[in-house]
Amino acid sequence: MSKTDAHIKWRIAKSGAAKTIIIILAFACVIPLLAIFFYIIKEGITKINWHFIVNLPKPVGETGGGIANALVGSLLIVLCASVIAIPLGILCGIYLSENRSTKLAYYSRLAVDIMQGVPSIVVGIIIYFWLVKPALPFTGKPLGFSALSGSAALAIMMMPIIIRSTEETLKLLPDSLREAGLALGLPYHKVVMRILLPCGISGVLSGVILSVARVAGETAPLLFTAFGNPYMNTNILKPMQSLPLLIFNYATSPYDDWHDLAWGASLILLLWVLILNISTKLITRKWRVQL
Amino acid sequence: MESSIVNSSGFNAWFGENHVVKNVNISIPKNNVVAVMGPSGCGKTTFLRCINRMHELIPGARSEGKMMLNNEDVYEMHPIFVRLKIGMVFQRPNPFPNLSIYDNVIAGYKLNGMKLPKAEKDEIVEKSLSRAALWKEVKDSLHKKGTFLSGGQQQRLCIARAIAMEPEVLLFDEPTSALDPISTSSIEELFHELKKNYTLIIVTHNMQQAARVSDKTAFFYVGELVEYDDTKLMFTNPKDVRTQNYITGRFS
Amino acid sequence: MDNNQSNIYPQNVFAGKYLNKSLTVKAAKTAKHSNKQIRVEKVFKQALVLIALSMVIIVLSIFFTLVVQSLPSIKALGWKFLGGKTWDPVNNVFGAYPFLIGTLITSFLALVISVPFSFAIAIFLGEYYPKGWLSELLKNVIELIAAIPSVIYGFWGVFVLVPIVRDLETKFGILPYGIGIFTASLILAVMIVPYAASLGREVVRMVPSALKEGAYSLGATRFEVIKNVVVPYAKSGLFAGILLSLGRALGETMAVTMVIGNSPLIPDSIFAPGHTMASVIANEFTEAADTVYLSSLIEMGLLLFLVTVVINVIGKRIIKRFTNE
Repeated sequence: MSKTDAHIKWRIAKSGAAKTIIIILAFACVIPLLAIFFYIIKEGITKINWHFIVNLPKPVGETGGGIANALVGSLLIVLCASVIAIPLGILCGIYLSENRSTKLAYYSRLAVDIMQGVPSIVVGIIIYFWLVKPALPFTGKPLGFSALSGSAALAIMMMPIIIRSTEETLKLLPDSLREAGLALGLPYHKVVMRILLPCGISGVLSGVILSVARVAGETAPLLFTAFGNPYMNTNILKPMQSLPLLIFNYATSPYDDWHDLAWGASLILLLWVLILNISTKLITRKWRVQL
Repeated sequence: MESSIVNSSGFNAWFGENHVVKNVNISIPKNNVVAVMGPSGCGKTTFLRCINRMHELIPGARSEGKMMLNNEDVYEMHPIFVRLKIGMVFQRPNPFPNLSIYDNVIAGYKLNGMKLPKAEKDEIVEKSLSRAALWKEVKDSLHKKGTFLSGGQQQRLCIARAIAMEPEVLLFDEPTSALDPISTSSIEELFHELKKNYTLIIVTHNMQQAARVSDKTAFFYVGELVEYDDTKLMFTNPKDVRTQNYITGRFS
Repeated sequence: MDNNQSNIYPQNVFAGKYLNKSLTVKAAKTAKHSNKQIRVEKVFKQALVLIALSMVIIVLSIFFTLVVQSLPSIKALGWKFLGGKTWDPVNNVFGAYPFLIGTLITSFLALVISVPFSFAIAIFLGEYYPKGWLSELLKNVIELIAAIPSVIYGFWGVFVLVPIVRDLETKFGILPYGIGIFTASLILAVMIVPYAASLGREVVRMVPSALKEGAYSLGATRFEVIKNVVVPYAKSGLFAGILLSLGRALGETMAVTMVIGNSPLIPDSIFAPGHTMASVIANEFTEAADTVYLSSLIEMGLLLFLVTVVINVIGKRIIKRFTNE
C-alpha cells in the first residue's frame, strides 16, 4: 500500500515541479524585454530634447545635431507605403472573404501567404531591380535610390497583414447583413463599402495599424531602395533617411556622437511602435460594432 | 377578377444537382396576402427567394422558367431593379447594426448614395414606421441604434425599411418564427393593414398562421406546388390527399 | 396606392399628403440612380478580381526576377557555388558554403534555445492560465517582443550582449570576440520566441476538454495530462509553430548582421564570427560591381526565398488542417 502511496506522492510532486519550471521558463522572456526597454530608455532619454528633434545630423566631430531628417523621412516613407498598401490590401481582403472557393481565391490566398514569408532583405532586392536600377521609359535614366521605391518595398510587406485581417474580419460577419443590403436593391459595391466594411471597421483598422507598426521599424527593405540621406529631403523621388536606417548606420559607426544619436532615435522608434500597438488594442475594443 | 401581380409558369430551381423547385405555376393576385406553406425542405423558401432573385446569389444555384412581375419577366431585368420593386423581410430580424433607426429605415436610399432633402427623408421615415406600426414606439429615439429594440420591434423595423423603398410586393420568409407569441400576433395584425398598399407573399411553416392571415394559400410538397386555393376553401375542403394529410397533422 | 385612412393609427395623417404626391416620380429617380450604380458595380467587381490577381502576379514576378538575376552566377558557377568554401570577391571566387553553414547554425541554435521557452509560454497560456490578468500580461509581453524592430535588437545586442558574451568567453578561455555565431543565435532566439509561443498557445487551447477530462478521471496529474494528452494532440500545431519560428530566423537580417562579425570564413566554433546569407547580402550588395558578384548574392537571396517560402507555406498548411479537424 505505502509503495503505491509514495508513488502517487512522487507523481504529484513531479506535476508541481513541472508547473514551477514552466512558469519560470514562461516568464523568463520578460527579462530580455525589460533589459532592452530599460537600457534604451536609460541611454536615450538624456539625448532627446527639442534640438534633437528639429536639427539635422552634424558631420563627425561636431556635437549637437539631431534626427529631424530621419523623423520626417520615416513619416513620408511609411505614409506613401500606406497609401499604396491600404486600398489594395483592403480590396483584396474583400475579394477573398466574399469569394471563398473560386480558383483565383485559392491562388491569391497562397500568394498572400508566400508574400508574408518573403524575407525583408529579399523584398529590398526585388524593388531594387524593379524601381531603382532599370532605366525609366521617358528619360532613359534610372530612377535611382528613392523614397518611393522604399515605400513600394514596405507596401509589399504591409499588404499581407492588411489582407489577412480584412479577410478574417469580414468572414465573421453574418450572411444576413449582406442579404439585407442586397434585398433592398443596393448594388454590390454599396453593400460592401457602406454595410460590411463599417460593421467590420475595428478588425480592419487594427490590421492596418498593425501593419504600420510592423514596417515602421524595418531597415533591410530600405537598404537598397530609400538608401538613406544625411540631409533633409521631402522629395519622394530622391533618397530619404528613415529612423531605422539612421539607427543602423550610426550604431555601427565608430563615433560616440553618432551612437548618442542612435540611442535617442531608438527610444523614439520604440515609443512609436509601442503607441501603435496600444492603439490597436484600444481600437479593437472601442470601435467594435455590436452585431 | 383580381389582377395578377406576380405569376410564374414552368418555374424550376436547383441547388447544384438538387432539383428543389419543380415546375411551379402560380398566380398571385394584387393586394392579397398569400401564404406559402409546407414541410421543411419542400422548396417554399427557395421559390420565394427566386421571386426577388436572391436565390442566384448562392454559388451553384440556378433556375429556369418564367417569373413575371406585372408582365415583365423578372429574369430579364437587372436584379437591382427587381429588388427595388419586390421587398423582402427575413426570418431573423437583420437591421444594420451600425446605423440608427432613422438611417435603417432610409438605408435603401442613403446607402445607395441617393441624396434626398431632409424633409423628404423625414417623411419617408415617419410614413414607413407608421405603416409598420412602429412609429409611436420609436419616434423619440430615432437616433439610437436599431439593435437595441426587441425582436418584434426589430422585425417591424425591417418591414419599415422594406416599405420605404415603395415596393409593389413584399416577400416574407418565415417572419415570425424567431419571435415570441406577442410580437408574432402584432406582426400578423400588421399583415392585414399592409395588404391595403402592397401584395404580401408569406412563407410559413406554421399552418395556423397561414390560416389566420392569408387570403389564399399555396401548399408545397417536395418541390411541387400541390394545391393553391382560397385559404378558407383549402383548410375546410382540401382537394389533394397530400394537402389533407398535412393539414390534419399526418406529417409536418 | 394609399387611399385608405388607417383606423388603427389615427396619427397617420400624412396619408392625405401622399394622395397628391406621384409615387412614380420617386421610383423613376431611384431607377435612374440605380442605372448608374449598375455600371459602377460592374467596375468594382472587376477591380476586385484584378487586385486579387495582382497578388499572384507580384509573387510570380518576385520569383522570376530572382531567377533571372541569379542566372549569370548559376551559369558561371553551377552547383559548385553551394559547396564552394571560399568567398573572395576580390579574386572572383564565390562560394556560398560559409553562409549556408552560418545561416543553418544560427537558425537552428536559435530554435533550440528558444523552443523550451516558447513551449513553456504556450502551455502556460493555453493550459494553466488561459484567462486572467497574469495571462494578459504575458500575452502583451510576447506581443511586445515581436513588435520591437530588429535594428533595435541589434543595437542593444552590440552594446549590451556582446560585452557580456565577451566576458563569458574570457572566463572560459575562448577567444573573446564577443561577436559571433553564438551571440547572433542568442539574439535570434529572443526574437523568435513569440512565433512558436502564440501559435502553440492557440493549438493548446484547442485541445478538447473531453479528452483531458477522460485522463483526469483516471487519476492523472496535471503534468501527466499535459504530457500524455495535450502535447500529443497538439503535436502538429506545435510543430507548425516551430516552422514559423524557423522561417523567421532564417530571414532575419539586421540584428544578425550587427552582432555576427561579418566574416566570410567558415566559423571554426560557435564562438567565432561568421556570416549568414541574409547578412552578407545586406553588407555587400551595394559594393558588388561585378555581374557575377552581384548575381551570386542574388542567388543566395533566391535560395533564402525558396527555403523560407516553403517553410512558411508548410507551416500554414499544417495549421489549416489542424484547425479544420
